[in-house]
Amino acid sequence: MDPAFWHRLQFAFTITYHYLFPQLTMGLAALILVMKTLGLRRGGDAWNDAARFWIRIFGINFAMGVVTGIPMEFQFGTNWGGLSRYAGNVIGHTLAIEGLFAFFLESSFLAVLVWGESRVGRVGHWFASLALFAGSWLSGYFIVMTNAFLQRPVGYAAGPDGSLVLADFWAFLLNPWGIAQYAHTMMGTLVTASFVVAALGAFYALRSIHVDHARRFLAVGVTAGLLSSGAVAWPTGDHQAKLVAAHQPIALAAMEGRFESGPYAAITIIGQPNRAARRIDNPLQVPGVLSFLAFGAFHTDVPGLDRFPEHLWPDNVELLYYAFHIMVGLGTIFIAVMALAAVLLARGRLARSRAMLWVLMLAFPFPYIANTAGWLTAELGRQPWVVYGLLRTRDATSPLVHPGSALFTLIGFAGLYLVLGLLFVFLIQREIAHGPRGGATHG
Amino acid sequence: MAELWYAILAVMLALYVVLDGYDLGAGALHLAVARNDPERRTVLAAIGPFWDANEVWLLASGGVLFVAFPRALAAGLSGFYLAIFLVIWCLVLRAVAIEFRSHVAEPLWRNFWDVVLAGASGLLPVLFGAAFGNLIRGVPLGREGWFELTLFTSFLPREPVGILDWYTVLAGVFALVALLGHGAAFLTWRTEGPVQERSRRLAFVLYVVLAVLWPLVTLATHAVNPSLLAALPGRPLGWLGLALALGGVVGALVATRRGRPLAAFLGSSAFIAGMLIATAACLFPVLLRATSGPAWSITAFNGGSTTSGLRTALGWWVVGFPVALLYFVILFRIHRGKARAAAEGEGY
Repeated sequence: MDPAFWHRLQFAFTITYHYLFPQLTMGLAALILVMKTLGLRRGGDAWNDAARFWIRIFGINFAMGVVTGIPMEFQFGTNWGGLSRYAGNVIGHTLAIEGLFAFFLESSFLAVLVWGESRVGRVGHWFASLALFAGSWLSGYFIVMTNAFLQRPVGYAAGPDGSLVLADFWAFLLNPWGIAQYAHTMMGTLVTASFVVAALGAFYALRSIHVDHARRFLAVGVTAGLLSSGAVAWPTGDHQAKLVAAHQPIALAAMEGRFESGPYAAITIIGQPNRAARRIDNPLQVPGVLSFLAFGAFHTDVPGLDRFPEHLWPDNVELLYYAFHIMVGLGTIFIAVMALAAVLLARGRLARSRAMLWVLMLAFPFPYIANTAGWLTAELGRQPWVVYGLLRTRDATSPLVHPGSALFTLIGFAGLYLVLGLLFVFLIQREIAHGPRGGATHG
Repeated sequence: MAELWYAILAVMLALYVVLDGYDLGAGALHLAVARNDPERRTVLAAIGPFWDANEVWLLASGGVLFVAFPRALAAGLSGFYLAIFLVIWCLVLRAVAIEFRSHVAEPLWRNFWDVVLAGASGLLPVLFGAAFGNLIRGVPLGREGWFELTLFTSFLPREPVGILDWYTVLAGVFALVALLGHGAAFLTWRTEGPVQERSRRLAFVLYVVLAVLWPLVTLATHAVNPSLLAALPGRPLGWLGLALALGGVVGALVATRRGRPLAAFLGSSAFIAGMLIATAACLFPVLLRATSGPAWSITAFNGGSTTSGLRTALGWWVVGFPVALLYFVILFRIHRGKARAAAEGEGY
């Protein structure tokens, strides 16, 4: 077996699980800031009560994000010592900056936001929501920039011992790939948060409880949901895809399951990649669209996997293909759902349209799936490299940590995270059952 | 430049141990000093707003180690693999205990998390102390700059070494006593009533135990790594650290007796910071000591840093470090004064 297998599985499991929480908190931080701002400008308690409810949901998710985030930082050293030694002089910068600039901001002001309302007053509490928004989005920036270096290394030079050194700090920190990836990622977090807020509004509306808050949640969720679902596709997703086409053509070919090169490249709507036969089985395709989306013209030649030696192909073409198609397919559905909901909202009929409310209520898991599939696409597309074109994943592990140890800790995480997940569902369910009534008390 | 970053790393780690040390100590002690739910909530109100920010110093120190000495980070974290994951799991459980305990007003739920908090908070100082013991004793670094340690072998500090042996366990117990005392001093300062009184009594006992253990640990250290104390005469910072530590422990004892809780807490902080500064000064420039001989040790000079990279890092560090301190001051000001148990549903 691939000696890196357990290390990869452990990182994949812990990072996928971890990102279930920040993808909500980063998006929700923006929506809470919107609610706090509305509360400050319009006066009264209604928007503040709504914000207070979401801050409680935020607090539980944030705690989960913190505790599942701690293992991520450590794993660079414990399991990926080869990567740390090779690229630590470069990616260590963003990881350390995140700690010093973003974590302190978040951790200091979360306590103020969750428990300090009576101590700091209305404006102070609004400011805490701003600081938390800034902290969490800054945190996301440095993490995405770290990943962007692995996807498209810039600003580095080769050091004396063969490892990488940072040659241009600003080129590294303003990596164009990373800025595109950041915009796309953050819009993705807003989609998750919008769908969650709208889903709870729909739930309360269908149950005819907390009816006024249900209207507020639906208004905020659907408005933000339409804007962010649109922005995920265009311009951010479109731009990201063009960068992949330009800099990772093998990844693009594998994402589309494109085994043969040629002009008028089709996009595949559905079909099963058959690596052995080098074709898509049962394809449903639209000719020319891939050429247009990747390069702006229908006739452009788009390289397929046949142009590249097989040892440079992503090692799991099938999973990469499905991850990408699930992301794009769901993203398209999100736009349709939110556009329809927005029309009903604008006409004042959303709260009475039970069919639409059912759809919104049941839709909230899908942005989680789409965000996860998006990251799977990015990470599987980068294979077989951990630092694209420079360091192979199999050379990046800690050389002396044997599979027995790696599997031991993976099993430990599986058990611990199962318990955490059950606790999380239990606590969130209590908050939802309690609902956003006025006052800070809950049981 | 490498010297400067060694010092930065030492200062940030010392800050981490002083700051997270009091909430670890308080968490480990709370079953003893807080006997009922309102008292436990008082302890949690004292550490609740701070623990997360305090813990960030650990992650920030890790980040600095990553960027400044990546070879040391890669070798150290992978070499202590199992111990590192024990630390991670304790950190996770402890955070969950603090954050989720007060969500449900159910005695069984709360008792469960209280025990989890005490257990994880108590195990962490032992593991941290044992980690320092390993740095002092040395690890079996190979030619390629990697090592692998099992959790234990024969419990003797000689080849083949394990992470735990009598010396590193002793270092762990020493660290536990120091942080328990530190936590008790913090609770004496930040609480009132019965919790304060119990904490004050415990703090005094713990500092007496610490003062007894200190010479023993020093002797053991000399037996395990003679070069450490031998380096002391030429290291003025080492003397300064030792003086700080000695003044701190005496000050903590005297101030606890005289009922001056803030002075006692500062004394206990001085002891911890002084010990860490003295150790770092005597270890310099070694980051990971090789048991096979000094040639294979990972030091500040062969730890993988480059002068240009460290200069770049200094550029953001001089901005970020004061900003982080500023957040800390704001946080302390917002939550100043004696901690009181929050109303049900309103706080930790």
